[in-house]
Amino acid sequence: MVAKSPQKQEQTERKIRVLIAKPGLDGHDRGAKIIARALRDAGMEVIYTGLHQTPEMIAEAALQEDVDAVGLSILSGAHMALFPRIIGELHRRGLDDVLVYAGGIIPDNDIPAIKEMGIAGVFGPGTTMEETVEFVRSHVTPRGVGEEE
Amino acid sequence: MVDTVSRPDSKGIRAQYRNGAGRRVHNGELTGPQKKTGSERKRWEETVVAKSLTRLPERGGPEAFTTISDEQVNRLYTPADLAGFDYERDLGFPGEYPFTRGVHPTMYRSRYWTMRMFAGFGSAEDTNARFRYLLEHGETGLSTAFDFPTLYGVDADDPIALGEFGKVGVGVSSLADMEVLFDGIPIDQVTTSMTINGPAAIVWAFYIAAAENRGIPRSALGGTTQNDILKEYIAQNTFIFPPEPSMRLVVDTIEFATKEMPKWNPVSISGYHIREAGSTAVQELAFTLADGLTYVQWCVDRGMDVDDFAPRLSYFFNAHNDFFEEIAKYRAARRIWARELKERFGAKNDRSLWLRFHTQTAGCSLTAQQPEINIVRTTIQALAGVLGGTQSLHTNSMDEALALPSDKAVRIALRTQQIIAEESGVTNTVDPLGGSYFVEAFTNEMERQCYDYFDRIEEYGGVIPAIKAHFFQSEIARASYAYQGEIDEGRKTMVGVNKYVIEEPVEIPILEMDPKGEEKQRAKMARLRAERDQERWGAALEKVRQTAMGNENIMPALIEAAHAYATLGEISNVLKSVFGVQQFSNVV
Amino acid sequence: MPTHAEETEGTADVKLSPRHSTIETLVGRLLEGDRGAASRLMTVVENRQTGYRETLRLVTKHTGKAHIIGVTGSPGAGKSTLVNELIKHYRGLGKTVGVVAIDPTSALSGGALLGDRVRMLGFTSDPGVFIRSMASRGQLGGLAAATVDVARILDALGRDIIIIETVGVGQDEISIAGLADTTLLVEVPGMGDDVQALKAGVLEVADVLVINKADHEGANRLANYIKTTMRLLPHPEGVWLPPIVKTVASEAVGIDELADAIEKHRTYLVERELLEKDRKERLRVEVLDRTRDLILKRLMRNLESSGKLDQLLDDLILHKTDPATVSHELADGIES
Repeated sequence: MVAKSPQKQEQTERKIRVLIAKPGLDGHDRGAKIIARALRDAGMEVIYTGLHQTPEMIAEAALQEDVDAVGLSILSGAHMALFPRIIGELHRRGLDDVLVYAGGIIPDNDIPAIKEMGIAGVFGPGTTMEETVEFVRSHVTPRGVGEEE
Repeated sequence: MVDTVSRPDSKGIRAQYRNGAGRRVHNGELTGPQKKTGSERKRWEETVVAKSLTRLPERGGPEAFTTISDEQVNRLYTPADLAGFDYERDLGFPGEYPFTRGVHPTMYRSRYWTMRMFAGFGSAEDTNARFRYLLEHGETGLSTAFDFPTLYGVDADDPIALGEFGKVGVGVSSLADMEVLFDGIPIDQVTTSMTINGPAAIVWAFYIAAAENRGIPRSALGGTTQNDILKEYIAQNTFIFPPEPSMRLVVDTIEFATKEMPKWNPVSISGYHIREAGSTAVQELAFTLADGLTYVQWCVDRGMDVDDFAPRLSYFFNAHNDFFEEIAKYRAARRIWARELKERFGAKNDRSLWLRFHTQTAGCSLTAQQPEINIVRTTIQALAGVLGGTQSLHTNSMDEALALPSDKAVRIALRTQQIIAEESGVTNTVDPLGGSYFVEAFTNEMERQCYDYFDRIEEYGGVIPAIKAHFFQSEIARASYAYQGEIDEGRKTMVGVNKYVIEEPVEIPILEMDPKGEEKQRAKMARLRAERDQERWGAALEKVRQTAMGNENIMPALIEAAHAYATLGEISNVLKSVFGVQQFSNVV
Repeated sequence: MPTHAEETEGTADVKLSPRHSTIETLVGRLLEGDRGAASRLMTVVENRQTGYRETLRLVTKHTGKAHIIGVTGSPGAGKSTLVNELIKHYRGLGKTVGVVAIDPTSALSGGALLGDRVRMLGFTSDPGVFIRSMASRGQLGGLAAATVDVARILDALGRDIIIIETVGVGQDEISIAGLADTTLLVEVPGMGDDVQALKAGVLEVADVLVINKADHEGANRLANYIKTTMRLLPHPEGVWLPPIVKTVASEAVGIDELADAIEKHRTYLVERELLEKDRKERLRVEVLDRTRDLILKRLMRNLESSGKLDQLLDDLILHKTDPATVSHELADGIES
């Protein structure tokens, strides 16, 4: 790598911002932390909410941080109760251009309904960090406002 | 109160494990026959091995031969790897100090380990039925999994608990639920283990009260409350209060058990969750033992005699994929614990020196892909637990990477243990791997690295300051990220995930739960709140508050609150108002 | 790559798909207290995207009301906990609060983990608290300018108090500290070498010195050490002498005293008509910094697109010319 390239990248490429959120009451954050690190190492700016976030807290953080994507990590099994509320809170704040995806333990049977809600991707156990990073990179809609001046 | 893992008189011991020059060298000079093996070994490497390698090279460089925790494993182990090894000092006989070969003289020749399957889902009624099913199929002890609201001391009808009731375990919000959970089960004969930490004292009080309501005295109750709050701050996050008041609750429960419930294990010092959070085997070993020693120190500081309570402490370890690494871990654990209790705390009763432990196969090793192969993984892991001398064992079910286990999957997991016990023959002799050059060298190495960690913890001033400085959390986060990278890049194999992958629809029957369960529970709680004796309830909660503010043991007040049908959330909230609430650490 | 984007001034059409909007309407909504509009405008100014100049132009007359507090100090000093307690304090007084929390960008990947240390402490449901995380983005990211611009949006949003929290990142830390009306330097006892902790230049920018974790051993020693060091700094008569406040943020101890010290400093600035003077000085630095950045950027852009830089480097490596000559030539080019 030539020395000047990171600087160049810094100047011309807008950083992708991602909120990694832990809804539900589970305390298992190994997956969320791994993904947060992986996204950072892929050059993104990652905001990790920490555990036990309510739908309101997640949506408000997404709003204040103006993120391109929200990754929901849940292992408690409460996803079918919580996801619709999170999506609802995001919409209530006009955040319908934000990419939302989910990871954790989510049975195959639930996936069609989850996608129906507007959650673009569901990643189960065994997903590589690379896959998630690629997914985010290829699915985010750049936050509108055009070029760097 | 002192929080420290200092060992005033252990410098000598440490030095003994330190004076090796290289990482793998145990200690001391090679003498006599070992010296001869050393030179013979060299000759072998230079002639026979060198020649063989030209025809048949190894699968890779040294990095291809590492454990799952990234520990280097050598081509061969010989007596030369055990320099300074002393059978009597380092191993001894089973049932004798330092208990490396096992805490009982005859081990599984007398009695198999307790086959204890972790179970719990949905309502108390649902789990009660599963308990009865497991006992009918030959299970010998009960183990209760609670749902997240219960684990965090939150009532099922609290808004934050939305969608969580009964999802990952049984929901218990009051004595009423506990009574249903153990209805018809002879809890004066079967031992019960409860995986509960933050609100452990409260849930234990529910259990004691449920037994008393059936006329069973508390002294007749046998079992275990996990109640290991330190590892919650380190790895699993189901804590409620800040460390110091939480430790006070733990010491209260130990004191209460010591005085009133001789068959109860008030704390199960757990490495399992540290490992599941992504730690290495050595981190699991070192952090867990450091936690255990901290509990001992706090009890001693309270004025308790070490031999009164130490026999009641037990451990809980993970059994991960790397067979020999796990076995070495258990053997090192027993030796370190015995030595620390004897030399640091002056324990005189052999039972204080026993590191008794429960094992659970590694949940994080299970794959959602080709789930049936999890049976094979679990078998190997369980075998490691048995060859490591476990006192009880839970084998995971093949479908647990997908959902809660179905009846059939649980039965197969239980049968796995029965096959190891009754068909494989490994239970015929005590510690069959004792004396293996590899196993002994690896046991020594685990021990050496464990003491290195003890030193680092000590530099922080003990476990609690190290928790506050996020030492453990960042060590684990780093290890888990490194491992994930190895899996992603195929440097470590995960069959069915990064190698031997097939596309197939997963056909595992998944446990379906009552979709109305949460609603029914809310209705049940509304009735409870309306119907209980309001006066007794109010007085009991006030007593809890008063006791929490003072120094008295809190258990009697909690048991009375349980009898008064105060709910888990109500009691937790009273304690929160006195103790404060611990924030989560976001160290990534 | 965008060329001469800054010359194409005018009302940029902001595609907030599907939240189509213009900078003008976004600013309008910002002034009505719309947090979503504020957040989007922060993105625009942080990234200097099309419309950022328009944003700042429209916003500027609605700024200058907030009291800006900078919080800096070594990692592990408990700054987030302290900020958390300050938020509680100001919310208790009915004041609205904005927070800009800055974390370092990884030099290796260009990514960042924005710990969100303040947010996790539970204010998310309070609309009176707005928290924005920012990554430092290295030397050429224009961190100081971006931070002050984001703070301007918070100011225009009507926040009474704006807190800028930075992890100690050397030179950046000092320049960020210079953005605030009142700068708190947070130190803790027992962080190793005291001299190291008080990095050169940091002490000078501090208006209030906070010794957090004051219940720890060595707090008094640290206070004495700081006092001694302070005495060595030039202190003309009548000039603000930074008070030392001891806190235990984790137990909310000393927060009232801290807020009191901050208020005293503000009063001092106002009474001596220093607020204006200080701000003017900061504006001078800011304008010069921005101008320098712009000139450098334009120059780089021209050099790269014309291929002239490569040519110069070739000459340099062959010793046909030397770096001093080259830089003088380049500077002369700008003047003409």
